[in-house]
Amino acid sequence: MTDVRVAGVGLTPFGSHPERTGRDLFAEAALRAFEDAAVDRADVEELNYGNFMGALAEHQGHQAPLMAEAAGVRCPATRYESACASAGVAVREAVRTVAAGDADVVLAGGMERMTNLPTDEVTEGLAIAADDLFEARAGVTFPGAYALMATAYFDAYGGTRADLAHVASKNHANAVPNEYAQYRKEVSVDEALDAPPVAEPLHLYDACPITDGASALVLVSEEYAAEHDLDAPVAVTGTGQGTDRMALGDREHLARTPAADAAADAAYADAGVEPGDVDVAEVHDCFTIAEVLALESLGLFEPGEGIAAAREGVTTADGDLPVNLSGGLKAKGHPVGATGGSQIAELTRLLRGDHPNSGHVSDAEVGVTHNAGGTVASAVVHVLEVAE
Amino acid sequence: MSDDGADAAPPPDRAHAEWLDALAAGEGFALVCPRGHGSLPPRRVCPECGSSDLSREALDETGTVETYSVVHVPSPRFADDAPYVSAVVDFGPTRLTGVLRGGDETDGPPAVDTGDAVAADVGERATDGERLVVFRPAGGD
Ligand SMILES: [Zn+2]
Repeated sequence: MTDVRVAGVGLTPFGSHPERTGRDLFAEAALRAFEDAAVDRADVEELNYGNFMGALAEHQGHQAPLMAEAAGVRCPATRYESACASAGVAVREAVRTVAAGDADVVLAGGMERMTNLPTDEVTEGLAIAADDLFEARAGVTFPGAYALMATAYFDAYGGTRADLAHVASKNHANAVPNEYAQYRKEVSVDEALDAPPVAEPLHLYDACPITDGASALVLVSEEYAAEHDLDAPVAVTGTGQGTDRMALGDREHLARTPAADAAADAAYADAGVEPGDVDVAEVHDCFTIAEVLALESLGLFEPGEGIAAAREGVTTADGDLPVNLSGGLKAKGHPVGATGGSQIAELTRLLRGDHPNSGHVSDAEVGVTHNAGGTVASAVVHVLEVAE
Repeated sequence: MSDDGADAAPPPDRAHAEWLDALAAGEGFALVCPRGHGSLPPRRVCPECGSSDLSREALDETGTVETYSVVHVPSPRFADDAPYVSAVVDFGPTRLTGVLRGGDETDGPPAVDTGDAVAADVGERATDGERLVVFRPAGGD
């Protein structure tokens, strides 16, 4: 087993680019990743690419060869699909490939194009991440599913819409200096509380926006980094994945996410770290309640205690454990199939010191990313560490 | 299959369609393994333990609302149904997910809380007439 280094990261600005094709978005992210890595693209041995709804959004299946062309690489290329965790699993397989010594250089990431569709078609597209027979046909939407989890959480542990509004306000504040973020504006707790309902108890500012964007990472072996004298101080030291029953109603507990528990346990064990070692986290806050569930699955808070973390200032930029300094999915945006890669790109920059919010975590050595698919029937967790 | 013009499209899944038929007839069931894990058809094995020894077990007549949400932004299939109450209800051997209706929706979706007792039935979507699982308050109107 070899150490896996993040040699370079690339993102498109997240936002509304309805006039741009998916191939152009991924090409931009990949170009930026190669520039950042100073790695010869001819050395890339595999492309692992995440995408969720390209068949609906662009009438385009079989996207991996297209994206290899867009990135200018000729190598085995595979598309991964695990709903909103598509890039997470793509990156995870890249990490495993490099760690196992099967390749020295892998390009991983993802892309999603969403704003070219009418909002109701996006809603329908996202709903296909749920069980079609027993959830989507029965009225479950993507926000609706997380709303069911929020109601169950409040019922089990307590908590209020105001607690969730603090999560939204925190993540919007974090996005302000981030040049890649979709919404670089502050949202107050009162504004979040006063917004119209989407699926109660979740209102407009509890939900992530509809976003176009792409992410790309150049992952290399420690040996390759040394041979080529790369500036790649951040290592992916742990990876873990979990799977749960597809339908929310089939889970033992409606306010817990065991797939993420399993992913976190595996990633921590792989890295040889404990939750208490974590200095900074990027978690899958597609809805505000999702950040709460993520913090608890990552072992950063006990079940029932994650709800107060933002309100009490523990997870704010100036808190003891900053969470979603990028702005999170909530404010940075959520191009579904790109998100898992963008979380690692943002965390790498935070740890390297070249992120606009790096100053909040200047002593950080251990970071964690949490990427979830559907109502967390799929979850991927990665541990990143400053290796040098 | 329904006997009106809406049956031009074949049922998307025979086992699911037959399960809905049973629920509509008041004979809703789950598939249960020897260890007591309940699931919904089609199943070859228990999704929890892999047992292929599955038998039909009747759902409880009355279920308990475990969680719910009033959905204001629907998918296109539910465009004319919104706002509506989405709910997950425990019926003994398994939970069901569906739409909670009060009977008269003219004043908006019915009031609901976790712990409420409801019965399961099959209704139609207002948007397109497709069948779906619905819940109604149990024990009177
Ligand atoms: Zn079983």
